[in-house]
Amino acid sequence: MIHSLFLVNGAGDIFLEKHWKSVVGRSVCDYFFEAQSKAGEDPENVPPVISTPHHYLINVYRHKIFFLAVIQTEVPPLFVIEFLHRVAETFQDYFGECSEATIKDNVVIVYELLEEMLDNGFPLATESNILKELIKPPTILRSMVNTITGSSNVGDTLPTGQLSTIPWRRAGVKYTNNEAYFDAIEEIDAIIDKSGSTVCAEIQGVIDACVKLTGMPDLTLSFMNPRLLDDVSFHPCVRFKRWESEKVLSFIPPDGNFRLMSYHVSAQNLVAIPIYVKQNISFFESGSSGRLDITLGPKQTMGKQVEGLTVTMNMPRVLLSVNLTATQGTHKFDPVTKILVWDVGKLNPQKLPNLKGSLSVQSGAPKPEENPTLNIQFKIQQLAISGLKVSRLDMYGEKYKPFKGVKYLTKAGRFQVRT
Amino acid sequence: MEWASQLCENRHIGAKMTDSKYFTTTKKGEIFELKAELNSDKKEKKKEAVKKVIASMTVGKDVSALFPDVVNCMQTDNLELKKLVYLYLMNYAKSQPDMAIMAVNTFVKDCEDPNPLIRALAVRTMGCIRVDKITEYLCEPLRKCLKDEDPYVRKTAAVCVAKLHDINAQLVEDQGFLDTLKDLISDSNPMVVANAVAALSEIAESHPNSNLLDLNPQSINKLLTALNECTEWGQIFILDCLANYTPRDDRESQSICERVTPRLSHANSAVVLSAVKVLMKFMEMLPKDLDYYGTLLKKLAPPLVTLLSAEPELQYVALRNINLIVQKRPEILKHEMKVFFVKYNDPIYVKLEKLDIMIRLASQANIAQVLAELKEYATEVDVDFVRKAVRAIGRCAIKVEQSAERCVSTLLDLIQTKVNYVVQEAIVVIKDIFRKYPNKYESVIATLCENLDSLDEPEARAAMIWIVGEYAERIDNADELLESFLEGFHDESTQVQLQLLTAIVKLFLKKPTETQELVQQVLSLATQDSDNPDLRDRGYIYWRLLSTDPVAAKEVVLAEKPLISEETDLIEPTLLEELTCHIGTLASVYHKPPSAFVEGSRGVQHKRLPVRAGSGESSESPEASQAVGAVPDTPPPAVIPSQGDLLGDLLNLDLAPPTSSGPPQVPSMPMGGMDLLGGGLDSLLGGDLGGSPAMGGGLASAPAPAAAAPSLAAPASGLDMLFDLGGGVGMPTGSFVVPKAIWLPAMKAKGLEISGTFARRGGVLQMEISLTNKAMSVMTDFAVQFNRNSFGLAPAGPLQVLTPLSPNQTTEVSLPLSTVGPVMKMEPLNNLQVAVKNNIDVFYFSCQYPISILFVEDGKMERQVFLATWKDIPNENESQFQIKDCHVNSDAATSRLQSCNIFTIAKRTVDNQDMLYQSIKLTNGIWILVELRVQTGSPGCMMSVKCRAPEVAQLVFQCYEMVLKTSSEA
Repeated sequence: MIHSLFLVNGAGDIFLEKHWKSVVGRSVCDYFFEAQSKAGEDPENVPPVISTPHHYLINVYRHKIFFLAVIQTEVPPLFVIEFLHRVAETFQDYFGECSEATIKDNVVIVYELLEEMLDNGFPLATESNILKELIKPPTILRSMVNTITGSSNVGDTLPTGQLSTIPWRRAGVKYTNNEAYFDAIEEIDAIIDKSGSTVCAEIQGVIDACVKLTGMPDLTLSFMNPRLLDDVSFHPCVRFKRWESEKVLSFIPPDGNFRLMSYHVSAQNLVAIPIYVKQNISFFESGSSGRLDITLGPKQTMGKQVEGLTVTMNMPRVLLSVNLTATQGTHKFDPVTKILVWDVGKLNPQKLPNLKGSLSVQSGAPKPEENPTLNIQFKIQQLAISGLKVSRLDMYGEKYKPFKGVKYLTKAGRFQVRT
Repeated sequence: MEWASQLCENRHIGAKMTDSKYFTTTKKGEIFELKAELNSDKKEKKKEAVKKVIASMTVGKDVSALFPDVVNCMQTDNLELKKLVYLYLMNYAKSQPDMAIMAVNTFVKDCEDPNPLIRALAVRTMGCIRVDKITEYLCEPLRKCLKDEDPYVRKTAAVCVAKLHDINAQLVEDQGFLDTLKDLISDSNPMVVANAVAALSEIAESHPNSNLLDLNPQSINKLLTALNECTEWGQIFILDCLANYTPRDDRESQSICERVTPRLSHANSAVVLSAVKVLMKFMEMLPKDLDYYGTLLKKLAPPLVTLLSAEPELQYVALRNINLIVQKRPEILKHEMKVFFVKYNDPIYVKLEKLDIMIRLASQANIAQVLAELKEYATEVDVDFVRKAVRAIGRCAIKVEQSAERCVSTLLDLIQTKVNYVVQEAIVVIKDIFRKYPNKYESVIATLCENLDSLDEPEARAAMIWIVGEYAERIDNADELLESFLEGFHDESTQVQLQLLTAIVKLFLKKPTETQELVQQVLSLATQDSDNPDLRDRGYIYWRLLSTDPVAAKEVVLAEKPLISEETDLIEPTLLEELTCHIGTLASVYHKPPSAFVEGSRGVQHKRLPVRAGSGESSESPEASQAVGAVPDTPPPAVIPSQGDLLGDLLNLDLAPPTSSGPPQVPSMPMGGMDLLGGGLDSLLGGDLGGSPAMGGGLASAPAPAAAAPSLAAPASGLDMLFDLGGGVGMPTGSFVVPKAIWLPAMKAKGLEISGTFARRGGVLQMEISLTNKAMSVMTDFAVQFNRNSFGLAPAGPLQVLTPLSPNQTTEVSLPLSTVGPVMKMEPLNNLQVAVKNNIDVFYFSCQYPISILFVEDGKMERQVFLATWKDIPNENESQFQIKDCHVNSDAATSRLQSCNIFTIAKRTVDNQDMLYQSIKLTNGIWILVELRVQTGSPGCMMSVKCRAPEVAQLVFQCYEMVLKTSSEA
């Protein structure tokens, strides 16, 4: 199982280590550093599984920190990766942000948390509800009170959820305002080719919940069109049998924020593409220059406003500078990273935004071979592009009337236009 | 007291109370100050001081000097302080074992605490203190905690058993904790069940043969019930455990699948992949015409696709596994090609994996789409990715015949871009396309020749030279082209030199008149001016061929080449089958069996897919049925796929039929009638003729010319059994011989079945082979060659076969081996790749030889030398193994091992335990030292192996295990 954990920052310093079995020397990280230097400047390119003569190193890169787990025996790598994600999420949850500074500021809590999350390499308590009962998150007020009164931030009773069949919820939850809010967020991943036709497109959807309800509420969420959802992953709280038989989500929710469900829609006819791009980027054979002309326009927006439109392009290495004018929004070219960003803002169907101008290339350099890909970001409020709609939310088991609400949001995930 | 004043300041301000202050003091006397703080009367000061100590510890500072002071803080009712002290203890107890004892009383007391949290914490921490003395005290509290009324304590105690086992396995067994742990599988609480399964699985990993996880329909049912209710991590443990079970029939298999399927919708990807593993394995048993089989196939696709929308590192692991799944069951994902399309900002490791899977899924139906994508990728920025994309186009051409033309034209388009590395890759793959579809696309050669000058990579140059040589008759200026390469001959890499040599010889054979000068030039460059033995050898061979028999030369050099196929990059079926059982593990990421790389997995059992029910289908899955029949201890023979480089390697060997200069033909025995007793008679002869080696040597067909021992080579023979029993009553037993295993099944070798084994008889290494002709025609002209291997094994003589081998006939051959052949480290170390030729074809297979055949007769070391060597070899090189269930005393072990050339140098008896010190020498002069501990009256022994080449330790262990166990069973 998981032997040790090292936290490494961007500069390659190990700033925290934790061992759940015998101590593994820091030198084991040298293999990681070697792989890191091979991967080049982009930390995303470091391979996630690295083998060394005696250990295996599995790492994830989150919040500019490498979480590096050391294992010695045959362990499912996904198990380790999922656990590392959980560690990063827990830090985020506890300290508001997960960064080297906050981890160092709270090193004792971090240590206590890690000890609580894993025993002998086996996960022990990873649900945030349980952890918070065992180790209270730091707040300025609490640390002040603790310092003065000498009380501790470690709970001394056994967390109630730990052993029940609903380990994700603690008992005795109380609120004065009972509320249950759901966000249906859909991301469109798509590749559009030069001519504007869709190479592939899919929707990654999630339903995130914020549930603050007293007692042990039992909720049922039903959809207008559940047939849409044929590829789903659920939070452990969802009763799978009821989904199978009635296509409703029936669950006793964890307390607070959690991801109720994620789903995936890949049938091409269900994936609407909200915008189109007309582009022309060319470099002249002779002379060190080129032209760029990009126009954006609405396609299948279901009558909603497209906002937060941004176009990002990784321009060829040989590009020196740009001389562009935009009819709308601002644009910026970073000559070091060669990234061109055009922040468009809202898409106005009456007056289509356009970016146009000339590009200058290093003199003498050959015409660039590769074509920059356009990476597009946008948001559409109050719309789930797949057409998913919640029809109702019912609560059983408790008497009070909760506030409820559902919000929809569609955004671009990895939405790429080839040129 | 700076930090204390700082603390006071903080208290006044009441803001920013963070732990970073613990990092700030680096002044001298820090330890001294902390000591004072730790001994303070004020609780709060104490706690702050302990926190400071922990903070120093986390950044790697040595605060072990504070051990007694910190331990003194342990007796407290403040849980946070207690936890902090426990954290400290776990880190430093090992370096201060005597001090750690001080803590024992508190632990024992805490294990009785009314608060279950404290009981659990105490037993958990105690298990983490890896000090022998403490473990003794741990047993009683642990026993109580395993039966505690609170499930939280029980589940913590279950993990503690695994911890204790890691420190002292014997203790855990003696105390009966394993049985208690097994009982916990039936616990009423699902979390306890999951932890018990996890602990047992971990223990079982170091005990490959123990029957710890005794899975039967009842326990499976309990696991399936717990599966629904335990945490996500518990589900992973249970699913991984379920995957080891083999259902009795297809009905049970289906019912397990039905209960596992809901896990595919879990949010935790590790749960999903473990569920996929169980389903992939159990599906194997379901009849294909069953409706449920189709339903299951459909259900598997969406979760796999979903994994690809996760974070890149999850994607990577998922893709490596999907790569296996599409090879095993391509039908699952055949419609999902598009999800593998590459996004330009995918990390490179994801891009490369996606590309691989795209080719595996490529078919006539989707090839147009795939090619359009690949062409797009070939213009990306990342050079490695572009290269792989170009290669992928070539692989598509070879895989999907209908698309070959389109692929070639795409490649030509890419060559027109003149981007240097694209052109070079394109030429390399076009060469492969020529080898798959000869005489079809040669019209493009002209375009290729235009780019001759831009090729600067050896592989591309070699490919181009091959093309020019192969099609010399169609290229007008082939001689000029090759001559231009010849100018810088000595600066070229070996690959190019070899290819150039061959190409010019081909050219000469095709156009002898105008190229005589050229061929002489290259032959002299290769033979006289080169110090590369490969090049020289090849040069001489050509030279002699050309000078003695040009017609034969033409036949050899211009022989028709076998077509290459798309199968070259597929994983070999037995390995694929094993990897399918390991979906989701490291093995699946590396595409290697766990035994090949996981440390500490002492003799991992090879996992096999279950066999589908119904005899009618057995012909459909020959691999599966064959695998079940295989002897579990010997890894099944692997048929080498015709992989590019390997093929090249073996093709370079000269496979000539046995020449007449060999020893005279042995008068053939009446094989038909004597077949049954053949093996036995041979060994009988061997035994009788022990005294007269001259005579034995004359009878080349007798496998044991000088051995004074009976053979185990043919286990079916009654005579053998007799001799074997004889061994037990005082006759010297011969060196151990593994029963023959099938190395090359008939269906893989056009009807030739080869089985065999290795033996060392009277100091002579032998490979004992049975050749069976299962084809319809007579086989003749047998010859054998080995590839380079770890210990330089090579045939010491030609393969003597009583030719011709008529259909349905079997012949036994024994091939003497030498150890002076070329050496190359193999993986595994004892792997041997063999090529056997007959009049039909050349066949390749690989087998593994027991290391014991390499133990030489003069392996007895002097006592003094032994002692000095033992000390001299660093401790890292020591490996420990446990041999279980061998009922043998030290004297019997000594004599049995002696017969395998394992020499006992000294014996010492301590506490009822016999320690045997033994030495072994390998044919290549490497010494192996062994300490064998035999406990009188106990059915197992421990061994420590020390050697300067620690790789051999595992093999030595296998040899010991086999010798000690087999003889005790006989």
